[in-house]
Amino acid sequence: MNETIDLLEKEHMRLDLPEINIGDNVKVYTKIFEGDKERVQVFEGIVIRKRGGNTRATFTVRKVSYSVGIEKTFPKHSPLIENIEVMSKSKIRRSKLFYLRNLRGKAAKLKEKRD
Amino acid sequence: MGLGILGKKLGMTQIFHGDGSIVPVTVIQAGPCYVVQKKTAEKEGYNAVQLGFEEIKKVNRVNKPRAGHFKKANTPPTSFLREFRVNAEEVDANEVGSQISVEMFEIGEFVDVTGTSKGKGFAGVMKRHGFAGAPASHGAHEYFRHGGSIGQNMTPGRTMKGKKMPGHMGNSRVTVQSLKVVEVRSDNNILMIEGAIPGPNNGYVIINKAVKKSK
Repeated sequence: MNETIDLLEKEHMRLDLPEINIGDNVKVYTKIFEGDKERVQVFEGIVIRKRGGNTRATFTVRKVSYSVGIEKTFPKHSPLIENIEVMSKSKIRRSKLFYLRNLRGKAAKLKEKRD
Repeated sequence: MGLGILGKKLGMTQIFHGDGSIVPVTVIQAGPCYVVQKKTAEKEGYNAVQLGFEEIKKVNRVNKPRAGHFKKANTPPTSFLREFRVNAEEVDANEVGSQISVEMFEIGEFVDVTGTSKGKGFAGVMKRHGFAGAPASHGAHEYFRHGGSIGQNMTPGRTMKGKKMPGHMGNSRVTVQSLKVVEVRSDNNILMIEGAIPGPNNGYVIINKAVKKSK
């Protein structure tokens, strides 16, 4: 990667948001535009994937809503993200938690990590 | 054609707009460019401005005739020299030895970018011309990526000129028109253009104001 591009990308990165890790239970507050109105939507779930570097980084949050699994991928440095709240952390042994998709109910629960 | 600028493709990245949309951009190091020579209708038979880009650090590698050319203009020797055909007024407006900066472009303006495309070597018709190839099954035998027939029978008895066939692909001069300028940084001569431009990273490019589209 070219150094100049690296510097340009750093300017567009959101360094104000908290660090998130795989297995974290997070609340993602995103701005939604409806016509000329603006509101904030909250998406709460477990981070199952992080990928990409610098401005291209994204993370995927999974939740189960009315027994339907929902996954949403957010660009980590998007200006539309208002805030990210880390609710709790989990003990994990993988970097991608795709196996949660095949599990239901209690089996899909992660052990909480306490410091 | 007016005066453009010379540059070097640094690579691609993406940036965010305020509304959250992601824009793919190419970052170009455009300048510092020096005016090395002015050509006029009286002397050379046509009006043009010659620009030089990217200083040669190892000055002893520049041969004597070329070194003299730069000495005459009182500019450092540069590795990329190109001419821009301009009208007589524009020739007068530029001083030999002066610098051209990226400030000539504004955000939102459209530009044409010319570069040398990446060489692909000897390529077949599917890659080179986008032919569909042949069926993979239904009895096809050793005939998958061919171009099919290349002509008729006794009349005309030859293959038509310009028939698309396999051959060398890439490493040719390519211009991409009407690309939007996303960002201009005059302090370090950085130009950010929406979309892709021809050539590899660190390849030289020529940036002109768009012929077909203005702001």
